[in-house]
Amino acid sequence: MKLLKNIALSDTGFVFNPGNGDSFSVNPIGLSILKDLQEGKSEDAIRNRVVEDYQTDKETIEKDLYDFLKMIEQFNLTDYHE
Amino acid sequence: MSKRKITIAVSGLNNIDSPGPGIPVIRALKDSELFEIRIIGLSYDTMEPGIYMHDLVDKTYQIPLPSAGQQSLITRLTYIHQQEKIDVLIPNFDAELFNFIKLQDMLKKMGIDTFLPTLEQFEERQKWALNTFGEKYGIKVPKSKQINSTAEIHALTHEFGYPLVVKGKFYDATVAYSPDQAMAAFNKISSKWGLPIIIQQYTPGIEVNLTGIGDGKGNLIGAVPMRKTYITDKGKAWAGIALEDETLMNIARNMLKGNKWRGGFELEMIKTDKREYYLIEINPRFPAWVYLAVGAGQNHPEALVRLALGEDVKPYESYESGKMFIRYSYDKIVDLKEFETISTLGEL
Repeated sequence: MKLLKNIALSDTGFVFNPGNGDSFSVNPIGLSILKDLQEGKSEDAIRNRVVEDYQTDKETIEKDLYDFLKMIEQFNLTDYHE
Repeated sequence: MSKRKITIAVSGLNNIDSPGPGIPVIRALKDSELFEIRIIGLSYDTMEPGIYMHDLVDKTYQIPLPSAGQQSLITRLTYIHQQEKIDVLIPNFDAELFNFIKLQDMLKKMGIDTFLPTLEQFEERQKWALNTFGEKYGIKVPKSKQINSTAEIHALTHEFGYPLVVKGKFYDATVAYSPDQAMAAFNKISSKWGLPIIIQQYTPGIEVNLTGIGDGKGNLIGAVPMRKTYITDKGKAWAGIALEDETLMNIARNMLKGNKWRGGFELEMIKTDKREYYLIEINPRFPAWVYLAVGAGQNHPEALVRLALGEDVKPYESYESGKMFIRYSYDKIVDLKEFETISTLGEL
């Protein structure tokens, strides 16, 4: 999954999609995931990084990450062609 | 660099809840770094707020309604021109454009420049001709047809299904979810704007709009796409945001290559979930939100004045997406004497 190229991410967690004018606020974990996606990291790499950073069980992270990725897909933040 | 002094007449001073483009156009012109502009307002109704906004409008003259015809309009404009020596005239209402297009040569001879679409350009983008327009210029358009009586509404269930959109020939549009609602919308809109009524297939998606200006030679001089972020109960934008939308920009560029549009225009499009674009309307003038283009870095009304004066205008190459506009309302205090003057003398 790739984030749309023109998505603007602010360090405050403000996310702006200039393609449709939508804006969102995300917490620091969400922002770090979006930044990972913007850098082209794979879902596996993101999951491993979050597990390491937050020292919690892999199953919980996997479920939450799956939910988050589905949500940003629904919000049209991901590349349609990917 | 000293600014050139110029007098510009502008209509559409009805800066109300469903605003005309006049005041935003004037604000854009006042921001010009090239011109020092005296604004002559052209009004139809004594309650148009722009008449009393003396910081933006230097003098206002009432003009006859479009239904009064071209002769009474030119007679009135001749009088106004004698008083004010107008250099450029910018009409901002769909309903008055036909008369101004017809009179543009006469105005030119009087020394008043305009920059209007040709009659052919104006007519072929009419709501009732939009399907043909779409086919001609390769733009997807929701199926539509014009009707002239409520007796035709029953057949729409089979032909269009519900919901469908009921539109006036110049303004107003309502989504109807049943024949009863379509009937009510027909009566309401036709009583205000007359016939025909246009029925359009409902296309789900987000509405994206584009304000632009063409040089009449096939070039897009400027364009800014926008999405409404707050919509009034009349369907008007109370807030909006400038988008980065290359697909929409390309639709505008291609359309202008084909029809060589002359002047300001607005494209109203629906972007579906599949990221397909459907044209629902083309307005033959700047929209009321045109000042967002100025905020985003493109002064379209100033470009129009330069084109009207016969200058060579280079296309704008960029704008800033993410710029927003938010309208506000303001209670303007007006002395009765001013209202009396415009009501009795027809000028203020």
